[in-house]
Amino acid sequence: MSVIIFYIISAIILVSGLLSVTSRKIFRSAIFLLFSLVGIAGLYFWMEVEFIAAVQIIIYAGGIVVLIIFSIFLTQKSGDEMPKPLKIRAAFSGLAVLFGFIFTYNLIRNYGFSNPSAQPFDVKVSDIGTQMLSTTEYGFVLPFEVVSILLLSAMIGCIVIAMKSKSSEMTAEKHKFKSEIKIEEPV
Amino acid sequence: MHEITLTHILFVSTALFFIGMYGLFTRRNMITLLMAVELILNSVNINFVAFNKYLYPGKLDGVFFAIFIITIAAAEAAVAIAIIINLYRSHHSIDVEDASEMKY
Amino acid sequence: MNPYAYIILIPLLPLLIFVLLGLFGRRYFKTSSGRIGTISLAITAILSFYTAYQYFFVSGKTEGVYQKIIALKYTWLPFSPNISIDMGIILDPISVMMIVIVSFVSLMVHVFSLGYMKGEERFATYFAFLSLFTFSMLGLVLSSNIFQIYIFWELVGLSSFLLIGFYFEKPSAVAASKKAFIVTRFADLGFLIGILILAYYSGTLDFGILISRLTSLHSPEFLAVTSASFLGASMLTWGLVLIFIGGAGKSAMFPLHVWLPDAMEGPTPVSALIHAATMVVAGVFLVARLFPVFCFDPSALHVVRYTGAFSALIAAVIACTQTDIKRILAFSTMSQIGFMMFALGVSQYGGEQGLGYMASMFHLFTHAFFKSLLFLCAGAVIHLVHSNNMQDMGGLRKIMPVTHISFLIACLAISGIPPFSGFFSKEDILLAAYHTNKMVYGIGLCTSALTAFYMFRLYYSIFWSKTSPSFEAHHGEATLSMKIPMIVLAVCSLFGGFVPIAAWVTSDGLPLKTPIDMGFSFLPVLLAAAGITLATYLYKSENDRPRKIASSLGSFYKLAYHKFYIDEVYLFITKKIIFNLIAAPAAWIDKHIVDGFMNGLAWVTEKISYGIKGLQSGKLQNYALYFFCGIIGLAVLFIYITHN
Repeated sequence: MSVIIFYIISAIILVSGLLSVTSRKIFRSAIFLLFSLVGIAGLYFWMEVEFIAAVQIIIYAGGIVVLIIFSIFLTQKSGDEMPKPLKIRAAFSGLAVLFGFIFTYNLIRNYGFSNPSAQPFDVKVSDIGTQMLSTTEYGFVLPFEVVSILLLSAMIGCIVIAMKSKSSEMTAEKHKFKSEIKIEEPV
Repeated sequence: MHEITLTHILFVSTALFFIGMYGLFTRRNMITLLMAVELILNSVNINFVAFNKYLYPGKLDGVFFAIFIITIAAAEAAVAIAIIINLYRSHHSIDVEDASEMKY
Repeated sequence: MNPYAYIILIPLLPLLIFVLLGLFGRRYFKTSSGRIGTISLAITAILSFYTAYQYFFVSGKTEGVYQKIIALKYTWLPFSPNISIDMGIILDPISVMMIVIVSFVSLMVHVFSLGYMKGEERFATYFAFLSLFTFSMLGLVLSSNIFQIYIFWELVGLSSFLLIGFYFEKPSAVAASKKAFIVTRFADLGFLIGILILAYYSGTLDFGILISRLTSLHSPEFLAVTSASFLGASMLTWGLVLIFIGGAGKSAMFPLHVWLPDAMEGPTPVSALIHAATMVVAGVFLVARLFPVFCFDPSALHVVRYTGAFSALIAAVIACTQTDIKRILAFSTMSQIGFMMFALGVSQYGGEQGLGYMASMFHLFTHAFFKSLLFLCAGAVIHLVHSNNMQDMGGLRKIMPVTHISFLIACLAISGIPPFSGFFSKEDILLAAYHTNKMVYGIGLCTSALTAFYMFRLYYSIFWSKTSPSFEAHHGEATLSMKIPMIVLAVCSLFGGFVPIAAWVTSDGLPLKTPIDMGFSFLPVLLAAAGITLATYLYKSENDRPRKIASSLGSFYKLAYHKFYIDEVYLFITKKIIFNLIAAPAAWIDKHIVDGFMNGLAWVTEKISYGIKGLQSGKLQNYALYFFCGIIGLAVLFIYITHN
């Protein structure tokens, strides 16, 4: 039963991903991305790592996709068709990607991972929390602090980069956009 | 669950990775480029969690990696959007082909 | 200590002056360069006379025979133990005589040029070139090695080129210098091949050794060179004839004479030095130097003889019709050199048989004086009249007495009237010809008669003809510096015949007695007098007779006036044949194939680089694709290929 569910979830992920990268309309592309991310969350649920699944939904589906959609609004008319890529490039990259995939999967298959061991895989949120803030050998407090600084700097960086300079010639529209530009991602 | 080995999950993640690569090479719109990059990051996430679950069930390292990757991916997506907006202001287009100043 | 070591100064001093005046003359020695050149040449002349005194009177003889003395020798380029190019100085009768002639005439020309070239802008350059020429000519006659003579041969050609083209703003002068250089260079090709042939067979480049090997009937070299043959003639003949071709080019023998009339575009003192007395006799000198070898090959000697005779005759005929003073003198030079050549050609080696050799050298000696005098007088006349054309002059004898008398003396000398110097030398030539080949003797007689005729035609046209000059003489006769050389040379032309060359310069070093045979000399003198009388009749006063005679000779006159159209033949060959058939395809190959290949390489490189340029397109996704392909490639490489 779970096998079937796995296959269904995998199908959703892959098909949505494929449609996302080949769709001609940008909004559809964003929505297919959303489906794909939700599918991945489903995969995490299937793998019994609920916490990651929840994080995935909150951040990816609820934050990043929304961010992307807002930036689509900000930069162009979303109903139009996007231009197609050059045939040569599409063909060549398709071939390269296909070759890469076959090559990698061959390696994986020939590696022969050993059977899953008997130990059950139990992810308790309390364990995650304890280990995240512990300073012992397997503690992740240092990366945690660094990531928080990273997030701070990313925040500042975004503001600085996207800030309109005073000598810009797009006057009234810019003023209108200015209040909507400061989008901060929720953490 | 018994028949789904690590290899199956790795198949999914590899396929997703290369789908994202294809999107990276082919998409002309910068935002769709970013979406493809998100797919790639997600595939890596699946990889980490799968390895953790199947090969090292006693530890949680893969899960932590996945958490941090999600965090950083979010920060990176924000910065990327900021850059795209800035580029849009100077070029009035978000076509990747138009931002080719660093050429011969 | 080598008693002859000072001889190295004789060519070196003019060389030093050339370097000095050439490098610094224009800025520092503007007016004093003339005096510097003249003084140095005076020193050279004194040294040459001293050498001649030492050689002929004091120490040159051994058992009554004049020896070839190697004064200096320096091994320069040894190619093999046998063949090496040495630099050396050889003293033998002809070289000593030549250094006296060259330095003396050059000194006279220097003194003359002080006045003639005064006010010339490139005064210092002129004297530098004159010194260069003197150095080259002195080096040529003192060379002990056949390759060394070739080096100096080319240097003399170069100096001639520089001096003919001295007035380089005149296109005719530039064309003339180019023509002289090309014709003589072309002849020098033959010279070089001849040198190589002789050097190959005799195994040496040194004159003394070469001559001794090729003149002993039993030496292996002589047998080899006479037995090997090519197209029917032995290699010895080929070698000698080719060397003679080189000499014929320099000495303006038919058919390589076309450069000499045009060479008169240079300044007149240059013509006096180079194209009358010294450079043009280099060919004669060369044959004289190799004379012992020529004697062993009758066919080569015949070539010399008939070329000389023919050139003498044809030049005399042409000279009768020309109107430019210097052209007449040029053809006269060609004719006299023809005399010298055929005198060598009728001679044999040794004793009485060697009369022709001695006569040729004697004529070279006297000719140097009267021909250079003729040119210097012509220069004085041209300086006054500002025109070269005979018909613009006339009646000048009252205005320029010194020039008049000198010119008259020179004309009498060249016509062979006793007791002037030319008489003695011409008699000896005609005597030698009479004893060997009557036809050549006949040609010599005719040519002497013609010589007298056209020289006096020239004399009368310049100095008599009209009763009063037809132009304004705004200055008097030449300056003192121009008069002194003329007077000195006139004296030499008068008394030069009494110099006992026969006692000094002979083919084998033994003195030769040449008594004057009155009976024999009667005929040539009579013919010369007849020529003079005819010229007096036709030209002394202005009249119509020459024109009538010219029109009655009709087409033959026209042929001679246009110098037998030989120049036109050359132009035809070069323009129609060489340019179109050889030069144009060669230029096409150079432009399209050689250059085209280079351009093609550049074009291919450009196309390739243009194509590669696309790799740096600035497009992000292209870079990503290349990156990815690179990773895949490396992965395949490392995983599959290196681990298996």
